[in-house]
Amino acid sequence: MTTLLEVENLRVSFPTNRGRVEVVKGLSFTLGRERLGIVGESGSGKSMTGRSILKLIRKPGEVTADKLRFDGIDILDQSEKQMRAIRGARISMVMQDPKFSLNPVMTVGEQIAEALVTHQKLPRSAVQARIQEMLHAVRINDPERVARLYPHEVSGGMGQRIMIAMMLIPEPELLIADEPTSALDVSVQAQVLDIIDTLVRDKGMGLILISHDLALVSRYCDRILVMNAGRVVEECAAGQLENAQHPYTRGLLAAMPTIDESRDELPVLDRTQWAGT
Amino acid sequence: MALDQQSAPLDAALIARNKRLRRQAFTVGGFILTVFLTFLGLLAITFFIGRVIPIDPVLSVVGDRATQAQYDAARIAMGLDRPLWQQFISYVGNVLTGDLGRSVSTGRAVVDDLSRFFPATFEMATLGILIGIALGVPLGVTAAARQGSWLDQAIRVVGLLGYSVPAFWLGLVGLAVFYARLRWVGGPGRLDIFYDGLVQPVTGMILIDSLIRGEIDIFWNAVSHIILPASVLGFFSLAYIARMTRSFMLDQLSQEFVTTARVKGVPERVVIWRHAFKPIRVPLITVVGLSYAGLLEGSVMIETVFSWPGIGNYLTTALLNADMNAVLGSTLVIGAVFIVINKVSDVLYRVLDPRAR
Repeated sequence: MTTLLEVENLRVSFPTNRGRVEVVKGLSFTLGRERLGIVGESGSGKSMTGRSILKLIRKPGEVTADKLRFDGIDILDQSEKQMRAIRGARISMVMQDPKFSLNPVMTVGEQIAEALVTHQKLPRSAVQARIQEMLHAVRINDPERVARLYPHEVSGGMGQRIMIAMMLIPEPELLIADEPTSALDVSVQAQVLDIIDTLVRDKGMGLILISHDLALVSRYCDRILVMNAGRVVEECAAGQLENAQHPYTRGLLAAMPTIDESRDELPVLDRTQWAGT
Repeated sequence: MALDQQSAPLDAALIARNKRLRRQAFTVGGFILTVFLTFLGLLAITFFIGRVIPIDPVLSVVGDRATQAQYDAARIAMGLDRPLWQQFISYVGNVLTGDLGRSVSTGRAVVDDLSRFFPATFEMATLGILIGIALGVPLGVTAAARQGSWLDQAIRVVGLLGYSVPAFWLGLVGLAVFYARLRWVGGPGRLDIFYDGLVQPVTGMILIDSLIRGEIDIFWNAVSHIILPASVLGFFSLAYIARMTRSFMLDQLSQEFVTTARVKGVPERVVIWRHAFKPIRVPLITVVGLSYAGLLEGSVMIETVFSWPGIGNYLTTALLNADMNAVLGSTLVIGAVFIVINKVSDVLYRVLDPRAR
């Protein structure tokens, strides 16, 4: 398996009144052209991990790592200009809520076109054709009409499909999906994830799916990292999740209700079992 | 039969077109109606305030040595013996026919006075707000884009000065430095004394009138006179506009869609101007509109310091002389300016923000 991304001892910190606070504390993993799930509760550092791969942590935040390599390129060494050639074109990110992550005063078509023409010089007609094709790929049936709409005129599910189209149109090699379905209704969550899954498989891309939903991640990923308080506490193949060792993961699994539930109360995480967090 | 079938789609198109026209007519009609009603409300408020303040308009006409008989005669002649509602109706009628009464202090019709004084203020305020926008917006955007840098600090100091420096002081210092010492600009007044009255007024704005008449010398002389007061006004609106732009931009730059733009690999210049700046144009219009209205209201301080024959000067003189017709007339003009600016910004909102359409 070719290695797409190597992360070793990644640390992200922010200054506060009480000194620097590390939100990611020495994260390490490697990623090939596979689907990696990162799960964890709010504040566990999973989103910060995604953003530091794109070097999007802005001052006064600080990112350090022994190794942060994408396809052999040292990300931390890249200038802002070099990073712009990587962002979108080679590594892209689907954000959480299309209500906030799409520009309210630009049409859907303009925003998708921008993602493409930033990286590829194409004649106008070719750009339009690519947009239509991409919107079709995310199962939007009337792309001509949708491209002329503004973000407030589309539903959340459609907004997220537009987001996916926008992030995949320059054909990146790695897609980071940062809670792509948390803002959506349960009924459209599967639909959106299926689209991501199909496109990622078809193009042979790497995927990092960041989520707090264990079941969802184990369904759509090959491998899972469980994060808690800035550290990886468990790493396993998606199918092996029920054999997880770490008390945190076990606690999370125990707290999941099942359809033939007989328990009156779901157990609460007992955080005394793992010290130091 | 065949003819009927052919005309059917034509009819449908015609009906659709009629519908659209009717809808547009309704919007325009509604627009005019709201402007008219607002204006009527303004008239009512200025009229009744004018009647309740403890100034005796009769006294200011006849003087305090008039006999009781003369006083009563003047009072009846001015229609002040009639009930208030009758006075209001005849006032509204007069205003609608363009009659604002006669000014006691200048002895001319108020309409004539206003058509002389208002263009002077309009000219200076417009130039002032243009300076304010042209400098304030880029400064505010730059300050927000480089938050915390020395440039940001410098722009914040300028903004603070704009709030704390008195206008008359800045005007006087400006005159002392740029007129008296450096001789870069013209002195107080709209023109040098030997150019005064040479241009036949068309719009009442000397910059435009002199160009229409082809008097280039006079034009440049007017520029040299207007540039300093307009810059002083511009400085104050610049300070305000820059501060507001900065805070709007900071708010936008923390939005998710700005991160989205960065994820796409868009250059920072585009992130700032296309993604962050575009959405703030709407709140900026409010800021600019209010600031422009404030300048049009007449900056009494600046007009006094620069001997500018503007509406602020006129209004102040009228107030001090209990010249009620002139006061009401000026208030009406200022109110009308506010209405117009508000309506124009409403229209611009709809043009600039797809969510408001």
